[in-house]
Parts: sequence; C-alpha cells; structure tokens
Amino acid sequence: MTTDVRSLTWRLVVLGIVTVLVQIAAVSQLKIFGANADLTPLVVASAGLLAGSLPGAAFGFGVGLFLDLALVQTVGMSSLIFLTIGYGAGRLRELRDPQGAVVPIAVGVVATVVAQLGFALMQFLLGHDVPMDADLIWQIVLTVGINAVIAAPVYALVRRWLLRALPDDPRRRRRRAYTTGGLSPLSRA
Amino acid sequence: MYDKSVRRRRVALALLVACSLLLLTAYFGESQSGGLHSVQRGVLQVVSPIQEGASRALKPVRDLFGWFGDTINAKSQVAGLRRQNAALRRAAIAGSDAVRMNGELEKLVGLDQTNSLQGTRPVAARVIGQSPTIWFSTIEIDQGTSAGVRVGQPVVTGDGLVGQVTTAASDSSVVTLISDSSSAVSARVSQSGAPGIVQTGTGGPRDLRLNLVPRRFRIDKGNAVVTAGTMSRSDKLESLYPPGIPVGVITRVDDAGTDTQQVHVSPYADLQRLEIVQVLTRRVNGNRG
Repeated sequence: MTTDVRSLTWRLVVLGIVTVLVQIAAVSQLKIFGANADLTPLVVASAGLLAGSLPGAAFGFGVGLFLDLALVQTVGMSSLIFLTIGYGAGRLRELRDPQGAVVPIAVGVVATVVAQLGFALMQFLLGHDVPMDADLIWQIVLTVGINAVIAAPVYALVRRWLLRALPDDPRRRRRRAYTTGGLSPLSRA
Repeated sequence: MYDKSVRRRRVALALLVACSLLLLTAYFGESQSGGLHSVQRGVLQVVSPIQEGASRALKPVRDLFGWFGDTINAKSQVAGLRRQNAALRRAAIAGSDAVRMNGELEKLVGLDQTNSLQGTRPVAARVIGQSPTIWFSTIEIDQGTSAGVRVGQPVVTGDGLVGQVTTAASDSSVVTLISDSSSAVSARVSQSGAPGIVQTGTGGPRDLRLNLVPRRFRIDKGNAVVTAGTMSRSDKLESLYPPGIPVGVITRVDDAGTDTQQVHVSPYADLQRLEIVQVLTRRVNGNRG
C-alpha cells in the first residue's frame, strides 16, 4: 500500500466516522419546517467526486454500514444505497471531470434524491408499507432543498480535508497543463 | 493496463454490492440474539458516549435553530391555541366535578388506584441521537440496562406517549417511535371509549391513524386518544403500555360511521423534537385497563 493510498484511506475513515456522528447527534435533530438536512449522501457524493469511483463506492459502503450499526437499523440497506451514490459520483468525475462551481450542488441534489428514493424502494422491496402522500413528498422535497443549500460548503470542507491525500487534484492538473503549454484546448485550435 | 483497472473496479463494485445484499439477508434471517444484532449492540455501546458528548456540545446550535422554527410556527398557532384553551377551560370545569365524584366512588368501592405513572418507576433519559431519514423513526437515549431499561418498555414525555424500547445496551437504548411503520399501540378514544390500534398513517410523524375502530362508536374531531392497556386476565396477553397515557388528539375522521373510517390522530408529543424522555421500567398489574 503506497503512502498516498494509506493517507487517503485514513482520511476517509475519519471523515466517515465524524460525518455519521455529527449527523446522528446534531443534524438529524435540527428541524427546518419539519425536515432536516442529510449530510451523509452529500459527503459520500463529494468523496466520490474527489477520489474516484472505487474509493467513493468503498467509502459509501463504510458510511452506510456504520450508520446502520450505530442506529440499529436494517444492516446493509444504507450501505447499498450509499455505495451506489459514491460509485456514481466517482464515475462522473472519471468520465466527464466536470469543473463548474454548480457541479457539487447538482451532484449533491441528485445524491439526496437517490438516497431518499433508494430508501423508499428498499422499504418496499423488504415488504414494509411505503405510503406516499403529500406530507411525505413535501418532506423529501424539503430535505433535497436544504441539502442543495449546504451542498457547496459541504463539498468545500470535504475537499479541504481530502486534498492532501488525493493523487492529483483535477483542477490543479488542468491549471498546470495550461501553464506548461501544449495541452490547452486553445493551443490545439 | 486499462482493461485491468476496469476489471478491478468492476470486481470491487460487485464484491461491495454482494456484501451489502449478504448483510441484508443475514440480518433478516437471524434472531434478536444473532451475530449482527450483537455487533449492533456493541457499536451502540461504544458510540453512545461519543454521541452523548456531541449531542450536549451541539445543543446551543439546536436551540438556535429551534428558536427560529418556534418563532415562525408560534404566530400561526396563536388563534388555534386560544380556541383550544377556551374549550379546555370549559372541559376542566366540568371535569373537576367528575373527579371529585370519582374520588368518592373509589373510596366507596375500596379502590385506591390513581391513573398516574408513579408505580411504573420512570427513568429519565436524554435523547442523544436520531435517524437522519424519514424511513426510520428511531431515537437513541442515554439510559440502558444498567438503569433498568429493558426491551419492550414504554417511553413517554410530559406530553404523551413516544414509543417503546427496541434495543437496550448497558448505557444506551434505541427507542422506536409510535410514528414508525412497525409500531402499533392499543388505544381508545377517551370520550367515547371506542377502541382501536394507533399506527403510522403516511410516514409523516404528525399524522397517525386510529385503525380498527368499530363503526358503532361516535368519533369527533378534538377527542383525545389514550392507551387502552389490556382487558385480558391472562398474563399471556399483557399490553406493552399502561392504560391512560395520552397518545394524541383526533384531527379528522374520513368516511365517519363506516367500516372503512379513517381516524387521523396528531400525537401530543412532538416526535421530531425530543430532548428528555421517560422510560417506564415497571409494569403495574400487567398494564390492565
């Protein structure tokens, strides 16, 4: 195991533990119009977006497992949903490498929607009642809205924490490429 | 090289998905004393002191958010609460006579039981954690088996019923709220005595349902719903909840007077903002009503 991988691993472990504890002990109890923010899909998506699909999926699996164990929920459910989110965000980075300032917000919103619908789907598949009505949909919409507001700062914090351990930051790589010549789209034109 | 990394990524993803599905299957297949449940209790044991610390440290932030929310909600509630206050005052005046008469009758028949929870040995507990999704209605509290808390014991606040203990570690426990889809509380309408089962309605914590109410009973908006306890003499049919604990108020009755009537109940306890709760650790007379 190289130093970079080891460093990234322990940083992801610390990030996962802190995220779950802060979510359970504080954020879940902060109600805004009856709904609360959900940091977990945001942090998992941010990690995937920064570290790639494989670390993103593994991180999502770990966060989900810890969440299910700490809250005495159905073990494996959150893992499956969050590994999907981490992998998806990571693949987006690997295939498109999007750089816009709005990307973390869009990814955060999609991650939250996937998490909410994923839980509904899993509940349905496991034979539990999933009665959807206006109140419930309103709560989901509200959670997605709150997460959209905090997605950018959460991404910035995760990026700040993981930056040192990342093999090569895409933005730095791009900036370096432009300044060393030959790789800029303008110079190719 | 590229093929190798793609293959490695796909294998890792397949392994993680397989692990998740395996855990799900194993968790459903095992009993409460199974391996995964034991691991959960172990994790709860380790994590709960940290959560308690975090919960205490972050209380000012929660209070600040709560203050904003309360201020916004307060204005919209003023008119309704004034009306409710007037109705309650009238009911209290009528009730005081009934209480006096009831006391005299109790003395006459040799009964000396009050409807309070004194005999139930309540243990106060602080809420230290809450599920982030609306799909799981559970909270974590900072009291466990060392304080006499056991699985199945009812949990209340000053306002009313909250839920029951579903997992107990030595210094912390998990409480499943009455708004969880797995919860069912034997209850009755206070005014008419109509029996029913309080269950979650839509997943929304403020809209419960009183199901299986016989149609011969008259149910009105504003009636109170309380726990029913059990009427059975058999110890095998004990109720989890003592009789007379306030559950909620009836907010609406759809298709009233029919077999399919839907009685909507708004819980008295604010299930979304619980700080301190009480676990009733002693069962009195099999919770008979």
